Amino acid sequence: MTKPVLIANDKRFAQSAVKQLGLYAICTIMGLTVLMYLLSLAAGNTGGGSGISGINIEDNSITITLGQEPPQLDSGRATDAASFSVLAHAMEGLITYDQNNQLAPGVAERWEIREDGATFWIRDDAFWNDSRPVTAHDFVFAWERVVDPITASEYAFILYPIKNAEKINQGELPKETLGVHALSDQILEVEFEQPTPYFDKLVAFNTYYPIREDFFGSTNGRYGADADMLLYNGPYMVTEWVHGSSMLWEKNPYYWNEEKGFLDKIITSYITTDVNTKINLFKDGQIADTSLVAPMLPQAMEQRWQIDRVMDGTVFFLEFNHREERITSNLNFRKALSLAQDPNELVYKVLKEAAYLPAQSLFPVWVQGVSEQFRKEYPPREHKIDVLKAREYLELARQELGLDEFPPIVFLTGDTPISLLASEYYQQLYLENLGLEIRIDAQIFKQRLAKMTSGEFDVVMAGWGPDYFDALTFGDLFASWNLNNRGRYSNEEMDKMIRIAQSELDPQIRMDAMGAIQSIIEEDVVLIPMYERGVSFVVDPRLKGLIRRIVGPDVDYNYAYIDVYED
Amino acid sequence: MWLYTFKRLLQGVVTVWFIATATFIAMHNVPGDPLLNDRAMTPEIRANVEAKYGLDQPLATQYFIYLRNLAQGDFGISFTQENRQVNDIIREHFPVSAILGVLAVVFAAAGGVLWGALTAIYRNRLPDYIIMFFVILGISVPSFVVAALSQVSLVNLNSLVGTTVLPVAGWGTIFHMLVPAMVLGLGTMAYLTRLMRSSMLEIISSDFIRTAKSKGVPPARIFTKHQLRNAILPVVTVLGPAIAAITTGGFVVEIVFAVPGLGRFFVEAVQQLDYTVIMGTTVFYGAFLVFMVIVVDVLYGFIDPRMSMK
Amino acid sequence: MQSLSSVDFAPISNSQEVHGISRPSLSYWQDAWIRLKANKRALTSLYIVIFLLLFTIVGPWVWRVSPAAQDLDQVSQPPGSSRVALIVDDYTPWFGEGNSPETGLRTFGDPTTQVVRLQWNTLPGAAGHRIYRNLFPLGSERAYGIPIGEFFDNNTLFFEDRLDLKPQNYYYSVVALGQFGELLDSYELIEVDVKRVTTIAEALEQELISHTNNFQIGDAIDMAWHPLGTDYLGRDMLARLMAGARVSLFIGIGAPFLFVLFGVMYGSIAGFLGGKIDQVMMRFADFVVALPFLLFMILFKIAFGVGPGESGVLPMLVALVILMWPATARLVRGQILLIREQGYISASQLLGAKTPYLILRHMIPNTLGVVLVTLTFAIPSAIFTEAFLSFIGMGVVPPIPSWGSMSNEGIKTMLTTPHELIFPAVIISITVLAFNLLGDGLRDALDARMRNQE
Repeated sequence: MTKPVLIANDKRFAQSAVKQLGLYAICTIMGLTVLMYLLSLAAGNTGGGSGISGINIEDNSITITLGQEPPQLDSGRATDAASFSVLAHAMEGLITYDQNNQLAPGVAERWEIREDGATFWIRDDAFWNDSRPVTAHDFVFAWERVVDPITASEYAFILYPIKNAEKINQGELPKETLGVHALSDQILEVEFEQPTPYFDKLVAFNTYYPIREDFFGSTNGRYGADADMLLYNGPYMVTEWVHGSSMLWEKNPYYWNEEKGFLDKIITSYITTDVNTKINLFKDGQIADTSLVAPMLPQAMEQRWQIDRVMDGTVFFLEFNHREERITSNLNFRKALSLAQDPNELVYKVLKEAAYLPAQSLFPVWVQGVSEQFRKEYPPREHKIDVLKAREYLELARQELGLDEFPPIVFLTGDTPISLLASEYYQQLYLENLGLEIRIDAQIFKQRLAKMTSGEFDVVMAGWGPDYFDALTFGDLFASWNLNNRGRYSNEEMDKMIRIAQSELDPQIRMDAMGAIQSIIEEDVVLIPMYERGVSFVVDPRLKGLIRRIVGPDVDYNYAYIDVYED
Repeated sequence: MWLYTFKRLLQGVVTVWFIATATFIAMHNVPGDPLLNDRAMTPEIRANVEAKYGLDQPLATQYFIYLRNLAQGDFGISFTQENRQVNDIIREHFPVSAILGVLAVVFAAAGGVLWGALTAIYRNRLPDYIIMFFVILGISVPSFVVAALSQVSLVNLNSLVGTTVLPVAGWGTIFHMLVPAMVLGLGTMAYLTRLMRSSMLEIISSDFIRTAKSKGVPPARIFTKHQLRNAILPVVTVLGPAIAAITTGGFVVEIVFAVPGLGRFFVEAVQQLDYTVIMGTTVFYGAFLVFMVIVVDVLYGFIDPRMSMK
Repeated sequence: MQSLSSVDFAPISNSQEVHGISRPSLSYWQDAWIRLKANKRALTSLYIVIFLLLFTIVGPWVWRVSPAAQDLDQVSQPPGSSRVALIVDDYTPWFGEGNSPETGLRTFGDPTTQVVRLQWNTLPGAAGHRIYRNLFPLGSERAYGIPIGEFFDNNTLFFEDRLDLKPQNYYYSVVALGQFGELLDSYELIEVDVKRVTTIAEALEQELISHTNNFQIGDAIDMAWHPLGTDYLGRDMLARLMAGARVSLFIGIGAPFLFVLFGVMYGSIAGFLGGKIDQVMMRFADFVVALPFLLFMILFKIAFGVGPGESGVLPMLVALVILMWPATARLVRGQILLIREQGYISASQLLGAKTPYLILRHMIPNTLGVVLVTLTFAIPSAIFTEAFLSFIGMGVVPPIPSWGSMSNEGIKTMLTTPHELIFPAVIISITVLAFNLLGDGLRDALDARMRNQE
């Protein structure tokens, strides 16, 4: 390349060139500012937070994040945590939970559960946000709609204790035959398919929320799709919903309970799953609270934040494929796998989450028994890692199955960081301890479910969260008729116990059956418990009354208020 | 000129069809089922949902329905965000990505031209070395590292100063746009700087500059009228694809800075196997890319005298 | 004013040297190589590239540590940390037995990285207790740290901490809880210095000792050495970087190789045949170029799916090849079209050269320069793409390491254990840089000759 003789030596040229550039730079900056201003006007139209702070004392409002955009806010069809979260603030069912996680009157001021059914007396000061009262008819309409097969509600099964619900949902009966009637505006009568003593706990669930028929008709199929496509009877109303970006919840002036709903506004301004971003937002004072993951804990301590933790109610376990053609259907094989691992090492050395507990059973630690904690009344068998014994069982299994060598075992798992971490750990562990080759099959949620349903796995890392506050929500998981029992475990004794637990009225007998279920799971090694999930979190010290729940919305702001005198 | 434009547009339409077909084929080879959820569905419920989304038709029928809808501009209904049209999703979130992208490209272009010209003027002297060092950083450090680091620095800056100098995440005001756009544009800026530099150097040593100088044209005029204008040409050609690439590649920035752009939605849609959103977004972006390239090519034809003689 | 004489006009003697050759004639490649060598930056990059290749291929033979072995007692260790550990007995659960006569919050036994045992007496007004652990001493804001245990009665007055214990100082607090589990004011605090320990079983597993006879409880041994530290599962960073290099470079070099090869074939055929066929072929290439790159990479990844035990490397490779060949084809075709018009082609034809000879001897070698440069620039782009996709989770599947997925993991702990991010990010940057500079140098070296041909 010929040398550029001219430029480098020509000072005058260089100087004038630089001056030109300088001029150009100034013009560009001005131009850019104008451009950005224009664009920001355009951007303003697309919505989004405008830097509202986490706690706003004058407005009595807070800003929070949502993990994901709720697909829709139709209480009859919602299935995901984000929708549940919003609905728990914007609507209310017959029964609700108070600050101490106890059942408390919601729209129903009192109720009665009998062997054949239940009656609910609806209060006369429960109103929708258009000032009309909430009546028993609203519940009848909502529940009939849920079981109506046309609605295609994935949570319809939770209404099955009601008479005829299952048949209606299968299309065998018309929806008007549902065992629920409004005897008057204030009295709701329910008939059971079979005795359901825990019905009061069920009724607090989202799917049982009321919907008013005339309003529903006026939405033309768009019910729940937008902020104005819903009626609200909860402490807050959703007044603005900019999809994918933000929501505004404002205090509902028609709500009856003065003990709930102290904030004027709750702004969900950021929808992100990136934990780094949430921490940074909290540090910056842009949001009022956030959860923490293990890598963030040192930073949190450095910032001198008040860290709290709570169980989120879910149990995670290694679920086996019990279908006959699978190696994992062999009991000795499962025993070998169980004895070669230790959940303590998994939680304490690998996952390192301060809020996780090593699991000891399918039933988590917080589940209630007859009068005390279930696990206190029915202690699970103690697990101790024993690699030598595990190898013995493995050898037995090998002989029973008639194999020379074990083929690779397929480990189905999710794609979240924690599942990948755990599966990497197990892969190496079983290789070293048992000489087994584990193949990790990491799938996104939907594909994992698909494979579970079709049985394309040997072991799957699964979890189960409670729908309601009763041991049965875990206990019936492995019923042979339960579609969620994707490993197809089938045991007559287990089925028998589950039926008892479902319909027996005597709490002692019910809980004994649950205890039996736990023992069966242990002896038959139906699963290997891994951990009970919890979450560490921080809250702005000026915000009080925030509750994190095991059942119900993850974070409950219904009792939250700003304490002005702090700090 | 106009014939050329028309031909290009026609080509563009065929290209978009190609993209749509490729997307359709890819999506229907994906294993897994978009309708499954944590709580299992009974077969009846499933059948209802399938009918609603037209999944029960044979593949060829689905293809034609898909093409017909596309031609009418209907991308269908999202699987996971029920009651939301894919059109609505695109319409609400694409402008965000576009704004971010345009801003990033403007930053990149303005900066690239500036730094590139400077390095050419001060070739092999200190400013050249400093600028090239940053350019090297810009092209070799991965974008996600830059994004994460810059967010952390922002937080530290804010806490150092005591108030929020710049918001750490989110969208809506002029201040929210600044950092994400800069981070997004950095890689392209570095690349453009190099491009500008080599282009300038080539021009500087070319014959017509020497002629101008010997003619006695004032240095300032030489610089702007001849050098800059000609050197910018390669940069302009790259701009079209650059805008499109930046707009689509902004995933990381959108996720880290919680910007409600289309890229982030696309990633989420992939994770949830939301067929319609994935297909709609891909076709939309593809079409956008195609037409951006056409626009730039046509514009280039107006700028570059050599082109119009073709 | 000089005077001229007839001597000045005498003819110069005939020397043979005039008819000689002043320097050997250089072929195109030799000339380019000399130019390349003169370019310091390009040369350095070449050395770096060679070093990287050696690192990848020969490295695992030299540093024989498995990239998958998990050293769970040395998780997330930065390089250069102390490795001394005492040998202790295996862990057995403790249920609070063995009350010491002291009162207040105290440790039971020596606090080690295996377990820290705490005991306390009921705090005034407590209906239960909560244990916190902190890395920092308590200040006036009373931030106790992370909660690691709660007890809602006054019967449990002991606690075993096994959570991620590192050999450093911790500050434990026990805080009184009220009836509803709310925090009360009274608390107690102690500072605990944790010592690194390991068990004989663990030491055997990590191959630190050969048999148990020589070591007893209380001896000090050195734990495994990790020159670049360990990652979040206690795996050796150096070994992982080597394994990751295999994947990243396999994709980064393999994919460009393949698509350039294909592009050359496609482009030369189109360029040479010309006419209608050329138009059609190029039209098809244009279509492929129009596909939005990143989106389709992701689509391919989920379309091909990754079966259990597969690494996800192959789908990514295939996707890269499918999406990137048109650019090369375009380039090669352009070159061929240019060369076709050159003088020496017509000259060869006049001399009787057949088509295959022309293609092989003249056209392809003359495009190789351009191809080589494209290849060298395609490599960093492929590496970046792989890193980016792995970062958003659409890349290779764990446990296969790649530089991109290692960076992804490293970013999460960026502030606490930066080494997990720094090493993979730096090596990506260096590789990308080296190939870029090498490409620059190659282009300068090869370009000069080509430019002079104009």
